[in-house]
Amino acid sequence: MEKVLMKGNEAVGAAAIRGGCRYFFGYPITPQNELPEYMSRELPKAGGVFLQAESEIAAINMVYGAAGSGARVMTSSSSPGISLKQEGISYIAGAELPCVIVNMMRGGPGLGGIQPGQADYFQATRGGGHGDYRHIVYAPAGVQETVDIMVQAFDIADEYRIPVLVLGDGMIGQMMEPVEFRDPPKRKLPVKDWAATGTDGRRKPNIINSLFLKPEELEAHNIKLAKKHRLIEENEVRWDASLIDDAEIVFVSYGTSSRIVRNAVEILRAEGIAAGLIRPITLWPFPFGVFDQLGSTVKALMSVEMSMGQMVDDVKIAAAGRWPVGFYGRSGGMVPDQRSVVDAAKKYLQEVR
Amino acid sequence: MTVVFEKTRGLTDKETHYCPGCTHGIIHRLVGEVLEEMDLLDRTVGVAPVGCSVLAYDYFNCDMHEAAHGRAPAVATGIKRVLPDRTVFAYQGDGDLASIGTAEIVHAAHRGEKITVIFVNNAIYGMTGGQMAPTTLIGQKTTTSPFGREESHAGRPIRIAEMLATIDGAHFIERCSVHNPKAVRNTKRAIRDAFTTQQKGLGFSMVEVLSTCPTNWGLTPRDALGWLEENMIPYYPMGNFRGKTKEGL
Repeated sequence: MEKVLMKGNEAVGAAAIRGGCRYFFGYPITPQNELPEYMSRELPKAGGVFLQAESEIAAINMVYGAAGSGARVMTSSSSPGISLKQEGISYIAGAELPCVIVNMMRGGPGLGGIQPGQADYFQATRGGGHGDYRHIVYAPAGVQETVDIMVQAFDIADEYRIPVLVLGDGMIGQMMEPVEFRDPPKRKLPVKDWAATGTDGRRKPNIINSLFLKPEELEAHNIKLAKKHRLIEENEVRWDASLIDDAEIVFVSYGTSSRIVRNAVEILRAEGIAAGLIRPITLWPFPFGVFDQLGSTVKALMSVEMSMGQMVDDVKIAAAGRWPVGFYGRSGGMVPDQRSVVDAAKKYLQEVR
Repeated sequence: MTVVFEKTRGLTDKETHYCPGCTHGIIHRLVGEVLEEMDLLDRTVGVAPVGCSVLAYDYFNCDMHEAAHGRAPAVATGIKRVLPDRTVFAYQGDGDLASIGTAEIVHAAHRGEKITVIFVNNAIYGMTGGQMAPTTLIGQKTTTSPFGREESHAGRPIRIAEMLATIDGAHFIERCSVHNPKAVRNTKRAIRDAFTTQQKGLGFSMVEVLSTCPTNWGLTPRDALGWLEENMIPYYPMGNFRGKTKEGL
């Protein structure tokens, strides 16, 4: 298939429909509006339904109802709107329903700003909602990767009966890049015999639920969820590593900021400093295993984020005391520039040498 | 021997957790009977709320979906949009619908969602132990209005049926009660009208049912029925607010 030039938000919509999404419930918020706008135009053509909800809270609960009915359904929003959806995401995870959620992050906290940010890492990976749950988090670094993830996201959600969060940012949503739509590898998907669609007199009623009043039953449910989470950690963790074999300093960065770090790595190499990059593609499960491949040349790790320091906590867990972990970040919609990353890396190497 | 009465197939055999004298049981039975009599049971998805009827998913003998507090109309919207040929209903109390869930009920009605909502109004938060609800009457003592609800402090009780009746998308809105056999029979008729509205694809339908809470009102079941008639009906008048004409629905 030929490459087409598409804006990130619209490419997400096209990829979602290609991935089987037929229902979209959402509420307007910048910088992701082109996505619901695209869906309102294109989903009806695909035999689906786009519905603008009265709030993000209503939208995620419509997703919950549609997912419980066995549909392929998604919602999208940006940081403050994703906060409002957290209760619903907890219910969806608790009831083991598949759905896809897109967060085109902007700066926070509070109303924050509308420029790109990566300050929802904690919310995305630690469960912004209540309770013992996890959901898969993808952090694509460009429009093509976003599209490749989106076409698979509904299969993955169905396979594990779990919400899949695609964590982009305002930059990825707003920029245009050439993309190619490719079909993902086929997965063996379970039949949705749990869906509440009416019994048709053929079976006992199905109940979509996350309430377990007896503590022993709730604990058993949470153990079941945890087993699923371990399976996902084994099967679905994804990352991209470059130039780490001889690296003296290894950056860890995802999404938009990883693109700047890639340039910083080149500059550092040209200046005689062996730099490398680990780019998590899944933030949960976090690619802890790749850190075990790092050799004896490594003097330090450095997390680079568009936040005041969130993923750096996972990098410290991954380092497990084996290397010092530095941090460089910009916040509030400011995007790091490559020279500042280079300077921060040099300074940190001097400190730890 | 002739069978003169059988429990509706619309309810499961599960024993309910409701307090003695609570009228949720009657209202459950009416919904179950109507769904059975209209032959809709096997093609229905219900949505249970948070509150006293949180476990309604165990009692209705059809596919069920448990919603977060107040969100039942949004969940029902998601279900109905995916399954437009199925009957979808939400069963909600007054804390769920008239307090935390006002946005969802108003906009489900406003969109004309082809769902049916059974709204049980007992003027109190029952499940959490008898706190003041938006529907609590002036002067009514609850655990969070220990000296009686004061208008200057907490406003006047909210009349949901009248409010929703101002919305064009709300096709059928009626308020009923279950304080005596005549009222019970009338409520069953209204519930049937509401589901018929949905069957005909006319729009949103809601039946508000005035209900008792003997436990948290501190009354015997019999006195609670009397209290409902004497105090609730004057403030919450029964009747059809929208959707019924001489010609029908």
